[in-house]
Amino acid sequence: MGMNHDTLGPDSNTSVTPSAAPLQTRASRLRDFWNDFRQSPAAVISLIIIIALAIVSFGAPWVSPQDPYDMASLDWLDAFLRPGTVGSGGYTHWLGTDNAGRDMLSAIFYGLRTSFMIGLSACALALFAGICVGLTAAYFGGRIESLLMRVVDLQLSMPAILLALVLVAMLGQGVGQIILALVVAQYAYFARTTHGAATVERGKDYIEAARSTPLPARRVLLRHLLPNVLPPLIVVATVQVASAIALEATLSFLGVGLPLTEPSLGSLISNGFKYIHTDRTWLSIYPGVFLMITVVAINLVGDQVRHVLDPRNQR
Amino acid sequence: MSAALEVRNLTTRFDTRRGPVTAVNGVSFSVQPGRIMGLVGESGSGKSVTGFSILGLIDAPGRITDGEVLVDGTDLRSLSPDALRRMRGKHVAMVFQDPMMTLNPVLRVGDQMAMAVRVHDRVSKAAAWDRARKALETVGIPSPAERLKAYPHQLSGGMRQRVAIATALLHGPSVIIADEPTTALDVSIQGQILAEVRRLADETGTAIVWVTHDLAVVSSLADDISVMYAGRIVESGTTEEVLSAPRHPYTHGLIDSVPTRHAPGRELPQIPGSTPQLINLPEGCAFRPRCPRATAACAVQPSKSGETHFALCHHPLTEADR
Amino acid sequence: MFGYLIQRLAQAVVVVFAMSIIVFVGVYAIGNPIDVLIDPGATQEIRAKLIAQYGLDQPLWRQYLTFLGNVARGDMGTSMVYNIPVVDLVFSRLPATLELVFVSVLIAVGIGIPAGLYAGYRPDSYAAKAIMALSVLGFSVPTFWIGMLLIMTFAVNLGILPSGGRGDVGSVLGIHTSLATLDGWSHVIMPAINLSLFKMGLMIRLTRAGMVEAMRTDYVKFARAQGLTDRQIVFSHVLRNISIPIVTVFGLELGSTLAFAVVTESVFTWPGVGKLIIDSILQLDRPVMVTYLVLVVILFVLINLTVDLVYARLDPRVRLKGGA
Repeated sequence: MGMNHDTLGPDSNTSVTPSAAPLQTRASRLRDFWNDFRQSPAAVISLIIIIALAIVSFGAPWVSPQDPYDMASLDWLDAFLRPGTVGSGGYTHWLGTDNAGRDMLSAIFYGLRTSFMIGLSACALALFAGICVGLTAAYFGGRIESLLMRVVDLQLSMPAILLALVLVAMLGQGVGQIILALVVAQYAYFARTTHGAATVERGKDYIEAARSTPLPARRVLLRHLLPNVLPPLIVVATVQVASAIALEATLSFLGVGLPLTEPSLGSLISNGFKYIHTDRTWLSIYPGVFLMITVVAINLVGDQVRHVLDPRNQR
Repeated sequence: MSAALEVRNLTTRFDTRRGPVTAVNGVSFSVQPGRIMGLVGESGSGKSVTGFSILGLIDAPGRITDGEVLVDGTDLRSLSPDALRRMRGKHVAMVFQDPMMTLNPVLRVGDQMAMAVRVHDRVSKAAAWDRARKALETVGIPSPAERLKAYPHQLSGGMRQRVAIATALLHGPSVIIADEPTTALDVSIQGQILAEVRRLADETGTAIVWVTHDLAVVSSLADDISVMYAGRIVESGTTEEVLSAPRHPYTHGLIDSVPTRHAPGRELPQIPGSTPQLINLPEGCAFRPRCPRATAACAVQPSKSGETHFALCHHPLTEADR
Repeated sequence: MFGYLIQRLAQAVVVVFAMSIIVFVGVYAIGNPIDVLIDPGATQEIRAKLIAQYGLDQPLWRQYLTFLGNVARGDMGTSMVYNIPVVDLVFSRLPATLELVFVSVLIAVGIGIPAGLYAGYRPDSYAAKAIMALSVLGFSVPTFWIGMLLIMTFAVNLGILPSGGRGDVGSVLGIHTSLATLDGWSHVIMPAINLSLFKMGLMIRLTRAGMVEAMRTDYVKFARAQGLTDRQIVFSHVLRNISIPIVTVFGLELGSTLAFAVVTESVFTWPGVGKLIIDSILQLDRPVMVTYLVLVVILFVLINLTVDLVYARLDPRVRLKGGA
């Protein structure tokens, strides 16, 4: 956009009484947000895909033809069936079966569920931890602030994959360990964002005013600071869910994540990777396609949310 | 004598989310060589957009939809983008509001000015630096050769604005658009720069359009004044005519609210109401809701009353009203 | 300037020292490597002897002091798996990783920055949208899966590139590198592209954002008002300005490229330090893990320092000062 926005709107630095901006209700703000959001067809399609994937993954026990956890339902005669083949269960394996005779489609639905669960819970915990650290630093300032933010910066300069790798190596394998490793690797992004936004708000008079009243510190933080740091945090959170899912898949692929008995998309691909030099490519390609679609869709939605929330893009 | 700058029916529109906004609405005026015209208005009146429109520097979602901009008789709007670019800086230049932002912080002043020289004239780098040095001398910068080697952050705000003015003067343009160039400066520096600009206009014969919201500034500087309100010029005339005998009630209100005109301790008169939002202007005269003289007739867009000193009003003020 | 450098170096030493403690304690808190290394059927005597040999019967702080003492003499310990000095082991693998990172960074910057500039210059063009879509892919699709697709396509299906390994090593100016041979290039190109995609996506986004931002600034408008051509504005004004954040992020990402080499090296069985660290994590080869991590920390600190110095060169507003 070429011109300054204030050349179009009313301004208060004139000799005329400043105009009161029309008050916006929460509902109309939400409607404006949606109107801006749907300007990008890619983002809307991505959102639909995410919702669809969430339904099939969390509904996996009901929508998938087979329970891949149930060893009794697996038949080694069904191993390595090509996609589209009818197996001993009497139904079609649309995406083929793996070396243990597991229906790939079912495994992918269940794996997607694991990936979503790990990504979402890791991100939620990291968000919580990050907000706590960031707000604490911004509120108390001084020594506490510089110590906390030093640690955060140091962590941010280390790639998440490296931190997660070492932590998983230390903690061992399993869902809980993976989530903890992801939280430790990712909370720093939220802490930095919270701290950054909170520092900007801190400089404003109303926080100072609120602090000079006998309100407890906690309430000042939650009532005044938090709402202002939420928009940038939402953007970071979307991107971090995608990166948590990708990170978990990477760790599982490297063999330090989840075992194949608890299929996540990463461990399915890792298993398929063993057959990469054969023509059994469906073992690695299909879970990979689902992983890619999931991660890209989340990122596209995140991109558009960032674009909409960016005050410079508002007209 | 032919006008250095003649603007006819200039119209610039912005396509916003909530609909099209006409920021500049059929603006016409002309400036003779060596004269300074003050283009006065509040923020949002369209005065800055007018300045940018003259140079064709309007980016999406804005576009110039109508009108002619004649510089030395050449219609800028009929030119190809590249021919228009060649006119910029050479025949019509611009100075911006905030001297802190108009110079590139990571390039030396001399490099920036030399680039502006060499884009229009094929001279050596050394010759370009020499011309830059002379331009700095012209605007009264002491030890200009050293200033050229400085980075913008090493100069004061007033100094930077002088550099910007010197840059605009490099090619001796016929017209300079000055967009509130002294607003961000200290009052004492402001006075120096105004005196400098007045001298330059007299000596070089450059026509200057001085865009500002500050009536006090133009009253001491400008030869002519045009007052903008909601995208239109509502009153125009010589400085003397407009300030001593305003015809439009809006101009009258503006003059009345200048603090120095009143005894200290008295309440300052204000124009009631607030600057209109261009997205939903009232039918007819845009000033109507705030105007003490408004009648039913004002629901129709007024036409000009008066010749050289005109106002866009159905009920212009007369001698008796002031 | 000199005082600043001394101060920064002192800080760097403190950071490396602190990290070495964290890494050491962290790594040595993991399980018992003896269980992994020794045949479960071995006698108690042999177990005890090995435990004593590796110093595992000592308290942690003493183990750390021994470790520090050894480090001072340039001895980072002996690999429990390969049974050779870790320093030799890591430095024998390091060139492979460095050349992989070098080529991939070259690709990322060589393609990413021009593409980003264009996308920021004409943000509404179809080409810009295509570039941005590609950057989202490079940015978000996991590296290992793209690597796998590359192998399937170019090694398995088309058979034109080797699927893994490092290839012939030649010698240029006394440096032994596979970049000196055609066979070496055929091996490095696919993993390098794989490793570069994430960074390329980042470079594109960063350059584009900087370009869009810069095109909105007053100094660009002022330059346009002077009649400067778009080319001059982009190359003389904008590029110089946005090079500052790009160099910063570039430097920081250099470190993360080293880290992501772990993934690419595993996919392409590239014999670098990344492959080594994964193997050592799986086999609980503590000395290798500690050495690798300390090495990474040192690299990070050095990169950060270099970035700060370059930053000061590029931005005249930054003046380096000693003292607080």
